Amino acid sequence: MIAELGLAALWLAAALALLQLATGVLALRSGTSDTGAILSALVRPVAILQGLLVSFAFLMLMWLFARTDLSVALVAANSHSDKPMIFKLAGTWGNHEGSMLLWITVMALAGGLIGLAERRLPEPTLLATLSAQAFVGLGFYAFLLFSSNPFARLAQPAAEGMGLNPLLQDIGLALHPPTLYFGYVGLSVAFSFAVGALVTRQVGPDFARAMRPWVLGAWIFLTLGITAGSYWAYYELGWGGWWFWDPVENASLMPWLAATALLHSVSVLASRDALRAWTIMLSVVAFSMSMLGTFLVRSGILTSVHAFAVDPERGTFILALLALYVGGALLLFALRVQTVTEGERFAVTSREGALVVNNVLLSAILGIVLLGTLYPILTEALGFRVSVGPPYFNPVGAIFVMPMLAVMAVGPLLRWRRDRLERIQKPAVFLIVMVIPAIILSLMVGYSGILPLLGVGLAAGLAVGSFLPLRGRNLLRVPLNVWGMVISHFGIAVALFGMSSEAAWSVEKLAALNAGDQTQVGPWTVDLTDVRPRAGPNWTAIEGTMLARYGEQDPIKVAPQSRTFWSPVQQTTESALLTRWNGQLYAVMGSQGDDDRWQVRLWWKPFVTFIWYGGILIGLGGLLALIGRLQGDWKRRHTERRIAERAAAA
Amino acid sequence: MKRLVIIIALLGLAGFVALAAVKMQQPRDDFVRSAMIGQPLPAFALPAASSEGEELTQADFRDGTPRLLNVWASWCVPCIAEAPQLSELQRQGADIVGVAINDTPENIAKFLADYGDPYSAVASDRMSQLQLKIGSSGVPETFVIDGDGVIRYQHLGDIMERDVPVLMAELRKAGL
Repeated sequence: MIAELGLAALWLAAALALLQLATGVLALRSGTSDTGAILSALVRPVAILQGLLVSFAFLMLMWLFARTDLSVALVAANSHSDKPMIFKLAGTWGNHEGSMLLWITVMALAGGLIGLAERRLPEPTLLATLSAQAFVGLGFYAFLLFSSNPFARLAQPAAEGMGLNPLLQDIGLALHPPTLYFGYVGLSVAFSFAVGALVTRQVGPDFARAMRPWVLGAWIFLTLGITAGSYWAYYELGWGGWWFWDPVENASLMPWLAATALLHSVSVLASRDALRAWTIMLSVVAFSMSMLGTFLVRSGILTSVHAFAVDPERGTFILALLALYVGGALLLFALRVQTVTEGERFAVTSREGALVVNNVLLSAILGIVLLGTLYPILTEALGFRVSVGPPYFNPVGAIFVMPMLAVMAVGPLLRWRRDRLERIQKPAVFLIVMVIPAIILSLMVGYSGILPLLGVGLAAGLAVGSFLPLRGRNLLRVPLNVWGMVISHFGIAVALFGMSSEAAWSVEKLAALNAGDQTQVGPWTVDLTDVRPRAGPNWTAIEGTMLARYGEQDPIKVAPQSRTFWSPVQQTTESALLTRWNGQLYAVMGSQGDDDRWQVRLWWKPFVTFIWYGGILIGLGGLLALIGRLQGDWKRRHTERRIAERAAAA
Repeated sequence: MKRLVIIIALLGLAGFVALAAVKMQQPRDDFVRSAMIGQPLPAFALPAASSEGEELTQADFRDGTPRLLNVWASWCVPCIAEAPQLSELQRQGADIVGVAINDTPENIAKFLADYGDPYSAVASDRMSQLQLKIGSSGVPETFVIDGDGVIRYQHLGDIMERDVPVLMAELRKAGL
């Protein structure tokens, strides 16, 4: 019964999306007539109701997972009655159908929220936005209802579920996909705003202000999702690396790059009324990248370390949606481009100019990642398979990242509209002076490649540069969004330092040890004291006990395992991490060699944690900016209301 | 100008969609074979991937033993996926020679320690010279070389479980 209720709610929500689209379009066409007024009054409540209904459907699916209703195919395939409750619930979105239902739920809730709260946009633009939102939503409803019904029943209930895969019982893994989805969906909202503004030819600051919080929100989620995903790969894959340029990783990085560019461009449009066409283009690109990410992940078209079932039918469906939305939006843009008039002009040497330079560089990086990710598809279509890896991405990306970071350090010091380079000469020289000792210092620690060296230098310059916009200001009166920018930029410097340090100064030791043997890695002395088998509920493991001493300090115990699961048979490494403020010791237990000694792999990774601290700082900066913007909007609206009230009283 | 950019974007999108659609209709292993099949291995000399190993040349393949020549790289994700299958092939009696493309000795050693070392010898091909000569265009690829040093069979992409018996059969055809 629960499943049937959920399915009914889903069908109803889909019908409401259709109604939302139809009333929205008709209202736009009938303009200010009486019919038009009635129709347009309908759109907001329909959007809200749609959001509520699909949320109800999602809750029903969660309930089914909580009860482990094995007559539902999805539950039987992905859950198990012995799973802890938290993982049963997380199982709701830990599969294809559920994750698509989550997508449409978040999207419809976003539409409902726009219907409820958005008051700045001119009514026609709002109607067009909600219609676009419904149009995009309809594709996903069709996808769910016709090809991925999450509520489908089994003819015979299963005796037990099949989803006890312990690898997936990881809290990080439970939260990671929804975080990215919130980001993707936020970008779909930005896309709807862009389409709405194009339809009504109202591409201006109002539209940018309405869209900005959604872009910011999406960007925060994407930032945190990527940061968490990177850390998960780092500790779970046991390879010591934190980024593999894997297609699934790239699928999350590309929307982030586009969203970063969009975020800056929409701010310029909101406050300076410039970069109109650019902002529209970036909204379309950012959403295309989310769709592309979903397509790459769900179609299994590329080989990846992330195991997803390959499904041509679903892949084709998402591909068709992608073509429809992105193609449609681009076509509309091409038709309307003459009406998107040029905004305010600005000189090359200006804050806007610096932002444009960096947006172009970000787009170039996006292009590089896109090309590298899709290249294997191109060559496979021609009949052979290639793998594009770090030898391509790292150096080619760096060519564009470095100038971007340099512009990022000085850009915020420039004035809007027009400025002179001489005015920022002093701080610029100061920054260069900061870079030199950092480079000398890192050369003294040890040279290992030009990229890490430049990375450390740029990180130092950017770290200082990110705080320069605060100089000479009363810190208590600096708006929250400026703090947000400062902290995000500082976070980039922190992460960059972590990456460079990891690349330059990681020490690796592969040792064959007997119990009782000692080895050195960097400043650490590690004793292998004991190796013994251990058994878990569905695995056996070889566990090595090690005592690790940093310099002359007290030894700390670490116990990495090499686990073998038997259902399904799978070997995993449970690496052991020892975190200090200045880095991590990473220990992996290997197999036993022919001479009975154990292969032990140890890394000392100085400041590697800064990569993820940086990621968190970047997200935190975004959050501050979001709060600041929402506060500012609220205050502005409040003031406007007061003025209107006074005018009415007078 | 703006319109031109949009039209280029539209064309790019159309190209991608067409490509992906074609790709999804293709069976995954429908590959065009190397033109070198049936030809003897061209002359080459590659340094060993580790300091202890010996130089690898075409002469090493002419001692009467058929071998698998596996072209791979430590930075390649499908190579991780095929590692267990290579070990299985070795267990079933295949002699496997590895050629690591665009790689460093440290990364090669790390990869072999992590994912197993099924190779009787590993050579380092930094500039893809052998790879290009034998008509291999990517990693991973696996060739069957008979005891006279003639290329008999080419497997493109990662070796999946179902490919193991196929490769063993090809090795037997080559005289194992």
